[in-house]
Amino acid sequence: MATTEEIRADLADIVNEVAGVDADDVQLDKSFVDDLDVDSLSMVEVVVAAEEKFGVTIPDDEVKNLKTVGDAVAYIERAQG
Amino acid sequence: MTTITTTTGAPHAAILGIGAYRPVRVVPNADVVEAIDSSDEWIQQRSGIKTRRWAGPEESVQMMSVEASRIALERAGIDAGQIDCVVVATVSHLLQTPAVATAIAHELGTNQAAAFDISAACSGFCHGISLASDFVRAGSARHVLVIGVERLTDILDLTDRGTAFIFADGAGAAVVGPSDTPGIGPVVWGSDGEQFDLIRQREDWRDVVGSPEVPGSGVMPHLVMQGNPVFRWASFAMAKIGQQALDSAGIGLDELDVFVPHQANMRIIDAMARSMKLPDTVKIARDVADQGNTSAASVPLALDRMIAEGEARSGDTALLIAFGAGLSYAAQVVTVP
Repeated sequence: MATTEEIRADLADIVNEVAGVDADDVQLDKSFVDDLDVDSLSMVEVVVAAEEKFGVTIPDDEVKNLKTVGDAVAYIERAQG
Repeated sequence: MTTITTTTGAPHAAILGIGAYRPVRVVPNADVVEAIDSSDEWIQQRSGIKTRRWAGPEESVQMMSVEASRIALERAGIDAGQIDCVVVATVSHLLQTPAVATAIAHELGTNQAAAFDISAACSGFCHGISLASDFVRAGSARHVLVIGVERLTDILDLTDRGTAFIFADGAGAAVVGPSDTPGIGPVVWGSDGEQFDLIRQREDWRDVVGSPEVPGSGVMPHLVMQGNPVFRWASFAMAKIGQQALDSAGIGLDELDVFVPHQANMRIIDAMARSMKLPDTVKIARDVADQGNTSAASVPLALDRMIAEGEARSGDTALLIAFGAGLSYAAQVVTVP
Protein backbone atom coordinates (compact mmCIF):
# COMPACT_ATOMS: atom_id res chain seq x y z
CA MET A 1 0.00 0.00 0.00
CA ALA A 2 1.44 3.33 -1.09
CA THR A 3 1.88 5.98 1.58
CA THR A 4 0.34 9.44 1.32
CA GLU A 5 3.79 10.84 0.55
CA GLU A 6 4.39 8.29 -2.21
CA ILE A 7 1.07 9.13 -3.86
CA ARG A 8 1.79 12.85 -3.56
CA ALA A 9 5.21 12.41 -5.13
CA ASP A 10 3.86 10.36 -8.05
CA LEU A 11 1.05 12.87 -8.54
CA ALA A 12 3.60 15.69 -8.48
CA ASP A 13 5.49 14.01 -11.33
CA ILE A 14 2.26 13.79 -13.33
CA VAL A 15 1.42 17.47 -12.72
CA ASN A 16 4.96 18.35 -13.73
CA GLU A 17 4.70 16.38 -16.97
CA VAL A 18 1.23 17.69 -17.93
CA ALA A 19 1.42 21.31 -16.84
CA GLY A 20 5.14 22.01 -16.44
CA VAL A 21 4.74 22.84 -12.75
CA ASP A 22 7.85 22.26 -10.59
CA ALA A 23 7.17 18.94 -8.81
CA ASP A 24 8.46 20.37 -5.51
CA ASP A 25 5.62 22.91 -5.57
CA VAL A 26 2.96 20.19 -5.71
CA GLN A 27 2.27 19.98 -1.95
CA LEU A 28 -0.91 18.79 -0.22
CA ASP A 29 -2.13 22.26 0.70
CA LYS A 30 -1.77 23.67 -2.80
CA SER A 31 -4.82 24.48 -4.94
CA PHE A 32 -4.54 23.18 -8.50
CA VAL A 33 -6.16 26.26 -10.00
CA ASP A 34 -5.11 29.10 -7.69
CA ASP A 35 -1.59 28.02 -6.65
CA LEU A 36 -0.36 25.76 -9.44
CA ASP A 37 -2.15 27.36 -12.40
CA VAL A 38 -3.49 23.98 -13.57
CA ASP A 39 -6.63 24.81 -15.58
CA SER A 40 -9.61 22.51 -16.04
CA LEU A 41 -8.31 20.95 -19.27
CA SER A 42 -4.89 20.22 -17.75
CA MET A 43 -6.76 18.82 -14.76
CA VAL A 44 -8.48 16.34 -17.09
CA GLU A 45 -5.06 15.24 -18.34
CA VAL A 46 -3.76 14.92 -14.78
CA VAL A 47 -6.80 12.83 -13.84
CA VAL A 48 -6.44 10.47 -16.79
CA ALA A 49 -2.73 9.98 -16.09
CA ALA A 50 -3.49 9.45 -12.38
CA GLU A 51 -6.13 6.84 -13.23
CA GLU A 52 -3.53 4.86 -15.17
CA LYS A 53 -0.77 5.32 -12.62
CA PHE A 54 -2.82 4.44 -9.54
CA GLY A 55 -5.31 2.00 -11.08
CA VAL A 56 -8.36 3.99 -9.96
CA THR A 57 -11.37 5.58 -11.67
CA ILE A 58 -12.05 9.28 -11.20
CA PRO A 59 -15.38 10.22 -12.84
CA ASP A 60 -15.85 13.67 -14.45
CA ASP A 61 -18.38 14.60 -11.75
CA GLU A 62 -15.76 13.97 -9.07
CA VAL A 63 -12.99 16.02 -10.69
CA LYS A 64 -14.54 19.36 -9.73
CA ASN A 65 -14.34 18.37 -6.05
CA LEU A 66 -10.59 17.87 -6.24
CA LYS A 67 -9.58 21.45 -5.44
CA THR A 68 -6.24 20.80 -3.75
CA VAL A 69 -3.45 18.29 -4.17
CA GLY A 70 -4.52 16.92 -0.78
CA ASP A 71 -8.08 16.35 -2.07
CA ALA A 72 -6.72 14.36 -5.00
CA VAL A 73 -4.34 12.31 -2.86
CA ALA A 74 -7.13 11.53 -0.37
CA TYR A 75 -9.47 10.51 -3.21
CA ILE A 76 -6.82 8.18 -4.68
CA GLU A 77 -6.15 6.65 -1.25
CA ARG A 78 -9.87 5.99 -0.73
CA ALA A 79 -10.31 4.65 -4.26
CA GLN A 80 -7.39 2.27 -3.82
CA GLY A 81 -9.14 1.12 -0.64
CA MET B 1 -32.33 -19.27 -60.72
CA THR B 2 -31.28 -15.91 -62.12
CA THR B 3 -27.89 -14.42 -61.40
CA ILE B 4 -27.40 -10.77 -60.70
CA THR B 5 -24.37 -9.30 -62.40
CA THR B 6 -22.13 -7.30 -60.07
CA THR B 7 -19.38 -4.80 -60.68
CA THR B 8 -15.75 -4.87 -59.77
CA GLY B 9 -13.83 -1.68 -59.24
CA ALA B 10 -10.26 -0.52 -59.14
CA PRO B 11 -7.73 -2.56 -57.14
CA HIS B 12 -6.95 0.46 -54.98
CA ALA B 13 -8.22 3.97 -54.28
CA ALA B 14 -6.34 7.14 -53.44
CA ILE B 15 -6.89 10.83 -52.85
CA LEU B 16 -5.96 12.44 -56.18
CA GLY B 17 -6.31 16.09 -55.19
CA ILE B 18 -7.29 18.35 -52.30
CA GLY B 19 -8.82 21.83 -52.38
CA ALA B 20 -9.92 24.35 -49.78
CA TYR B 21 -11.98 27.49 -49.41
CA ARG B 22 -11.47 29.82 -46.46
CA PRO B 23 -13.93 32.67 -45.91
CA VAL B 24 -12.48 36.11 -46.53
CA ARG B 25 -13.30 37.55 -43.11
CA VAL B 26 -10.66 36.92 -40.44
CA VAL B 27 -12.11 37.37 -36.95
CA PRO B 28 -9.59 37.96 -34.13
CA ASN B 29 -10.30 37.01 -30.52
CA ALA B 30 -10.77 40.70 -29.76
CA ASP B 31 -14.02 40.58 -31.77
CA VAL B 32 -15.59 37.72 -29.80
CA VAL B 33 -14.47 38.36 -26.21
CA GLU B 34 -17.00 40.99 -25.19
CA ALA B 35 -20.11 38.86 -25.71
CA ILE B 36 -18.62 36.01 -23.64
CA ASP B 37 -16.91 38.18 -21.01
CA SER B 38 -13.54 36.65 -21.83
CA SER B 39 -10.09 37.69 -23.03
CA ASP B 40 -7.69 36.99 -25.88
CA GLU B 41 -5.32 35.39 -23.36
CA TRP B 42 -8.02 33.07 -21.95
CA ILE B 43 -9.11 31.92 -25.40
CA GLN B 44 -5.54 31.27 -26.55
CA GLN B 45 -4.63 29.44 -23.37
CA ARG B 46 -7.82 27.40 -23.53
CA SER B 47 -7.87 26.54 -27.22
CA GLY B 48 -4.80 27.88 -29.04
CA ILE B 49 -7.16 29.86 -31.28
CA LYS B 50 -5.94 33.32 -32.32
CA THR B 51 -8.29 34.02 -35.21
CA ARG B 52 -11.08 32.23 -37.00
CA ARG B 53 -12.72 32.61 -40.41
CA TRP B 54 -16.39 33.53 -40.50
CA ALA B 55 -18.37 33.42 -43.73
CA GLY B 56 -20.05 36.48 -45.19
CA PRO B 57 -23.52 36.51 -46.78
CA GLU B 58 -22.20 35.43 -50.19
CA GLU B 59 -20.14 32.58 -48.78
CA SER B 60 -22.86 29.95 -48.63
CA VAL B 61 -22.36 26.24 -48.00
CA GLN B 62 -22.80 25.65 -51.73
CA MET B 63 -20.51 28.49 -52.83
CA MET B 64 -17.65 27.48 -50.50
CA SER B 65 -18.02 23.83 -51.55
CA VAL B 66 -17.90 24.63 -55.25
CA GLU B 67 -14.79 26.81 -54.84
CA ALA B 68 -12.94 24.13 -52.86
CA SER B 69 -14.04 21.44 -55.30
CA ARG B 70 -12.84 23.29 -58.40
CA ILE B 71 -9.36 23.53 -56.88
CA ALA B 72 -9.38 19.85 -55.89
CA LEU B 73 -10.50 18.82 -59.38
CA GLU B 74 -7.82 20.93 -61.05
CA ARG B 75 -5.09 19.53 -58.82
CA ALA B 76 -6.34 15.99 -59.42
CA GLY B 77 -6.36 16.58 -63.18
CA ILE B 78 -9.98 15.41 -63.33
CA ASP B 79 -12.82 17.10 -65.21
CA ALA B 80 -16.10 17.61 -63.38
CA GLY B 81 -17.71 15.37 -66.01
CA GLN B 82 -15.64 12.45 -64.75
CA ILE B 83 -17.05 12.73 -61.22
CA ASP B 84 -19.80 10.18 -60.77
CA CYS B 85 -20.50 10.63 -57.07
CA VAL B 86 -20.53 13.66 -54.76
CA VAL B 87 -20.58 13.13 -50.98
CA VAL B 88 -21.03 16.20 -48.80
CA ALA B 89 -20.36 16.03 -45.05
CA THR B 90 -22.05 18.90 -43.23
CA VAL B 91 -24.33 19.74 -40.32
CA SER B 92 -24.90 23.36 -41.23
CA HIS B 93 -26.75 23.31 -44.54
CA LEU B 94 -29.99 24.58 -43.11
CA LEU B 95 -32.27 23.53 -45.93
CA GLN B 96 -33.11 20.04 -44.83
CA THR B 97 -33.88 18.72 -48.29
CA PRO B 98 -32.79 18.30 -51.03
CA ALA B 99 -29.18 17.45 -50.28
CA VAL B 100 -26.83 20.35 -51.06
CA ALA B 101 -24.64 17.76 -52.82
CA THR B 102 -27.07 17.74 -55.75
CA ALA B 103 -26.78 21.50 -56.28
CA ILE B 104 -22.99 21.34 -55.97
CA ALA B 105 -22.79 18.45 -58.46
CA HIS B 106 -24.91 20.44 -60.89
CA GLU B 107 -23.02 23.71 -60.49
CA LEU B 108 -19.69 21.95 -61.00
CA GLY B 109 -20.98 20.38 -64.20
CA THR B 110 -20.88 16.72 -63.30
CA ASN B 111 -22.75 14.33 -65.56
CA GLN B 112 -25.69 13.73 -63.22
CA ALA B 113 -23.42 12.32 -60.55
CA ALA B 114 -24.98 10.51 -57.60
CA ALA B 115 -25.07 13.14 -54.87
CA PHE B 116 -26.02 13.06 -51.21
CA ASP B 117 -25.16 14.55 -47.83
CA ILE B 118 -23.97 12.68 -44.77
CA SER B 119 -24.46 13.76 -41.17
CA ALA B 120 -21.53 12.73 -39.02
CA ALA B 121 -20.63 16.15 -37.64
CA CYS B 122 -16.92 16.77 -37.15
CA SER B 123 -16.03 13.26 -38.28
CA GLY B 124 -17.99 13.55 -41.55
CA PHE B 125 -15.07 14.10 -43.90
CA CYS B 126 -13.25 10.96 -42.75
CA HIS B 127 -16.52 9.02 -43.06
CA GLY B 128 -16.78 10.37 -46.61
CA ILE B 129 -13.23 9.34 -47.51
CA SER B 130 -14.00 5.82 -46.34
CA LEU B 131 -17.21 5.65 -48.38
CA ALA B 132 -15.45 7.04 -51.45
CA SER B 133 -12.60 4.54 -51.17
CA ASP B 134 -15.07 1.67 -50.95
CA PHE B 135 -17.18 2.99 -53.88
CA VAL B 136 -14.10 3.15 -56.10
CA ARG B 137 -12.89 -0.30 -55.11
CA ALA B 138 -16.34 -1.85 -55.47
CA GLY B 139 -17.02 -0.21 -58.82
CA SER B 140 -19.97 1.89 -57.63
CA ALA B 141 -18.14 5.00 -58.81
CA ARG B 142 -14.83 5.74 -60.52
CA HIS B 143 -14.20 9.27 -59.26
CA VAL B 144 -15.81 10.53 -56.06
CA LEU B 145 -15.79 14.09 -54.81
CA VAL B 146 -15.79 14.25 -51.00
CA ILE B 147 -16.58 17.63 -49.45
CA GLY B 148 -16.47 18.73 -45.81
CA VAL B 149 -18.19 22.09 -45.40
CA GLU B 150 -19.66 24.13 -42.58
CA ARG B 151 -21.22 27.53 -41.94
CA LEU B 152 -21.35 27.00 -38.19
CA THR B 153 -21.78 30.70 -37.50
CA ASP B 154 -25.42 30.25 -38.56
CA ILE B 155 -25.97 27.99 -35.54
CA LEU B 156 -23.53 29.64 -33.15
CA ASP B 157 -24.64 31.31 -29.91
CA LEU B 158 -22.24 34.26 -29.72
CA THR B 159 -22.89 34.57 -25.98
CA ASP B 160 -22.02 30.93 -25.16
CA ARG B 161 -18.61 30.80 -23.46
CA GLY B 162 -18.26 27.13 -24.36
CA THR B 163 -18.60 27.47 -28.13
CA ALA B 164 -18.62 31.06 -29.41
CA PHE B 165 -14.83 31.37 -29.73
CA ILE B 166 -14.32 27.87 -31.11
CA PHE B 167 -16.46 27.32 -34.18
CA ALA B 168 -15.93 28.70 -37.67
CA ASP B 169 -16.73 28.33 -41.36
CA GLY B 170 -15.03 26.89 -44.43
CA ALA B 171 -14.90 24.07 -46.97
CA GLY B 172 -12.45 21.39 -48.03
CA ALA B 173 -12.74 18.91 -50.88
CA ALA B 174 -10.95 15.77 -52.03
CA VAL B 175 -11.15 13.83 -55.28
CA VAL B 176 -10.93 10.09 -54.64
CA GLY B 177 -10.23 7.82 -57.61
CA PRO B 178 -8.54 4.62 -58.79
CA SER B 179 -4.89 3.99 -58.05
CA ASP B 180 -2.27 1.34 -58.83
CA THR B 181 -1.13 1.31 -55.22
CA PRO B 182 -3.12 1.56 -51.95
CA GLY B 183 -3.63 5.24 -51.10
CA ILE B 184 -6.35 4.95 -48.46
CA GLY B 185 -6.01 2.52 -45.57
CA PRO B 186 -8.80 0.69 -43.70
CA VAL B 187 -11.15 2.94 -41.77
CA VAL B 188 -11.45 2.61 -38.01
CA TRP B 189 -14.78 4.16 -37.12
CA GLY B 190 -17.60 3.99 -34.66
CA SER B 191 -19.97 5.85 -32.39
CA ASP B 192 -20.97 6.16 -28.76
CA GLY B 193 -24.60 7.25 -28.63
CA GLU B 194 -24.59 7.08 -24.84
CA GLN B 195 -22.84 10.45 -25.09
CA PHE B 196 -25.39 11.88 -27.54
CA ASP B 197 -25.84 15.05 -25.47
CA LEU B 198 -22.16 16.05 -25.09
CA ILE B 199 -22.14 18.02 -28.36
CA ARG B 200 -25.48 18.73 -29.93
CA GLN B 201 -27.97 21.09 -31.45
CA ARG B 202 -29.69 22.35 -28.33
CA GLU B 203 -33.27 22.53 -29.55
CA ASP B 204 -35.37 20.42 -31.86
CA TRP B 205 -36.79 22.54 -34.72
CA ARG B 206 -40.32 21.68 -33.53
CA ASP B 207 -39.57 23.34 -30.19
CA VAL B 208 -38.48 26.46 -32.05
CA VAL B 209 -41.64 26.61 -34.13
CA GLY B 210 -43.97 25.43 -31.37
CA SER B 211 -47.68 24.78 -31.75
CA PRO B 212 -50.88 26.83 -31.29
CA GLU B 213 -51.07 25.52 -27.70
CA VAL B 214 -47.39 25.84 -26.82
CA PRO B 215 -45.57 28.68 -28.56
CA GLY B 216 -42.02 27.94 -29.70
CA SER B 217 -38.92 29.81 -28.65
CA GLY B 218 -38.57 31.41 -32.07
CA VAL B 219 -34.83 31.32 -31.49
CA MET B 220 -32.47 29.59 -33.92
CA PRO B 221 -31.22 26.27 -32.51
CA HIS B 222 -27.60 26.51 -31.39
CA LEU B 223 -24.69 24.17 -30.92
CA VAL B 224 -23.86 23.35 -27.32
CA MET B 225 -20.93 21.36 -25.97
CA GLN B 226 -19.74 20.03 -22.61
CA GLY B 227 -16.08 20.90 -22.93
CA ASN B 228 -14.31 18.84 -20.29
CA PRO B 229 -15.85 15.42 -21.00
CA VAL B 230 -15.34 16.02 -24.72
CA PHE B 231 -11.71 16.95 -24.05
CA ARG B 232 -11.19 13.75 -22.10
CA TRP B 233 -12.77 11.56 -24.76
CA ALA B 234 -11.05 13.27 -27.67
CA SER B 235 -7.59 13.44 -26.13
CA PHE B 236 -7.37 9.88 -24.87
CA ALA B 237 -9.99 7.57 -26.39
CA MET B 238 -9.31 9.04 -29.83
CA ALA B 239 -5.55 8.60 -29.48
CA LYS B 240 -6.24 4.86 -29.21
CA ILE B 241 -8.40 5.00 -32.35
CA GLY B 242 -5.57 6.76 -34.20
CA GLN B 243 -3.20 3.98 -33.17
CA GLN B 244 -5.72 1.37 -34.37
CA ALA B 245 -5.91 3.08 -37.77
CA LEU B 246 -2.10 2.92 -38.02
CA ASP B 247 -2.11 -0.74 -36.99
CA SER B 248 -4.87 -1.58 -39.51
CA ALA B 249 -2.83 -0.02 -42.29
CA GLY B 250 0.37 -1.72 -41.12
CA ILE B 251 2.10 1.63 -40.60
CA GLY B 252 4.50 2.10 -37.71
CA LEU B 253 4.92 5.42 -35.92
CA ASP B 254 8.38 5.67 -37.50
CA GLU B 255 6.81 5.45 -40.97
CA LEU B 256 4.26 8.21 -40.34
CA ASP B 257 5.06 11.61 -41.87
CA VAL B 258 1.99 13.69 -41.16
CA PHE B 259 -0.73 13.74 -38.46
CA VAL B 260 -3.95 15.53 -39.37
CA PRO B 261 -6.37 15.35 -36.44
CA HIS B 262 -9.70 17.17 -36.49
CA GLN B 263 -8.87 20.80 -35.64
CA ALA B 264 -11.07 20.96 -32.55
CA ASN B 265 -8.76 22.67 -30.10
CA MET B 266 -4.96 22.96 -29.86
CA ARG B 267 -5.04 21.45 -26.37
CA ILE B 268 -6.70 18.30 -27.74
CA ILE B 269 -4.18 18.11 -30.59
CA ASP B 270 -1.26 18.41 -28.13
CA ALA B 271 -2.75 15.88 -25.71
CA MET B 272 -3.43 13.38 -28.52
CA ALA B 273 0.11 13.73 -29.85
CA ARG B 274 1.50 13.12 -26.33
CA SER B 275 -0.87 10.24 -25.72
CA MET B 276 0.06 8.59 -29.05
CA LYS B 277 3.77 9.20 -28.38
CA LEU B 278 4.23 10.61 -31.88
CA PRO B 279 7.92 11.01 -32.73
CA ASP B 280 9.20 14.56 -33.32
CA THR B 281 9.63 13.69 -37.00
CA VAL B 282 5.84 13.62 -37.51
CA LYS B 283 4.46 16.94 -38.76
CA ILE B 284 1.27 17.88 -36.91
CA ALA B 285 -1.55 19.98 -38.38
CA ARG B 286 -2.23 23.09 -36.28
CA ASP B 287 -4.57 25.02 -38.54
CA VAL B 288 -7.03 25.59 -35.67
CA ALA B 289 -4.93 28.54 -34.43
CA ASP B 290 -5.87 30.68 -37.44
CA GLN B 291 -9.00 28.99 -38.77
CA GLY B 292 -10.95 27.92 -35.67
CA ASN B 293 -12.89 24.66 -35.54
CA THR B 294 -14.73 24.10 -38.81
CA SER B 295 -16.18 20.68 -37.94
CA ALA B 296 -16.43 18.58 -41.14
CA ALA B 297 -14.18 20.98 -43.06
CA SER B 298 -11.29 20.97 -40.62
CA VAL B 299 -9.30 17.93 -41.79
CA PRO B 300 -9.18 18.82 -45.51
CA LEU B 301 -8.52 22.50 -44.68
CA ALA B 302 -5.63 21.51 -42.43
CA LEU B 303 -4.18 19.03 -44.91
CA ASP B 304 -4.47 21.55 -47.75
CA ARG B 305 -2.52 24.08 -45.71
CA MET B 306 0.22 21.58 -44.86
CA ILE B 307 0.60 20.78 -48.56
CA ALA B 308 0.66 24.49 -49.46
CA GLU B 309 3.29 25.24 -46.82
CA GLY B 310 5.46 22.25 -47.76
CA GLU B 311 4.94 20.44 -44.45
CA ALA B 312 3.19 17.58 -46.24
CA ARG B 313 4.64 16.40 -49.53
CA SER B 314 3.19 14.25 -52.26
CA GLY B 315 3.67 10.60 -51.34
CA ASP B 316 3.88 11.25 -47.61
CA THR B 317 1.96 8.95 -45.28
CA ALA B 318 -0.68 10.80 -43.26
CA LEU B 319 -2.99 9.76 -40.45
CA LEU B 320 -6.39 11.45 -40.63
CA ILE B 321 -8.64 11.28 -37.59
CA ALA B 322 -11.87 13.13 -36.95
CA PHE B 323 -14.29 13.00 -34.05
CA GLY B 324 -17.24 14.90 -32.70
CA ALA B 325 -20.97 14.99 -32.06
CA GLY B 326 -22.64 11.61 -31.73
CA LEU B 327 -20.20 10.90 -30.41
CA SER B 328 -18.86 9.63 -33.72
CA TYR B 329 -15.38 9.13 -35.07
CA ALA B 330 -13.43 7.87 -38.09
CA ALA B 331 -9.73 7.52 -38.85
CA GLN B 332 -7.62 6.25 -41.73
CA VAL B 333 -4.11 6.37 -43.10
CA VAL B 334 -3.82 8.03 -46.51
CA THR B 335 -1.11 8.91 -48.98
CA VAL B 336 -0.78 12.67 -49.49
CA PRO B 337 -1.67 13.50 -53.12
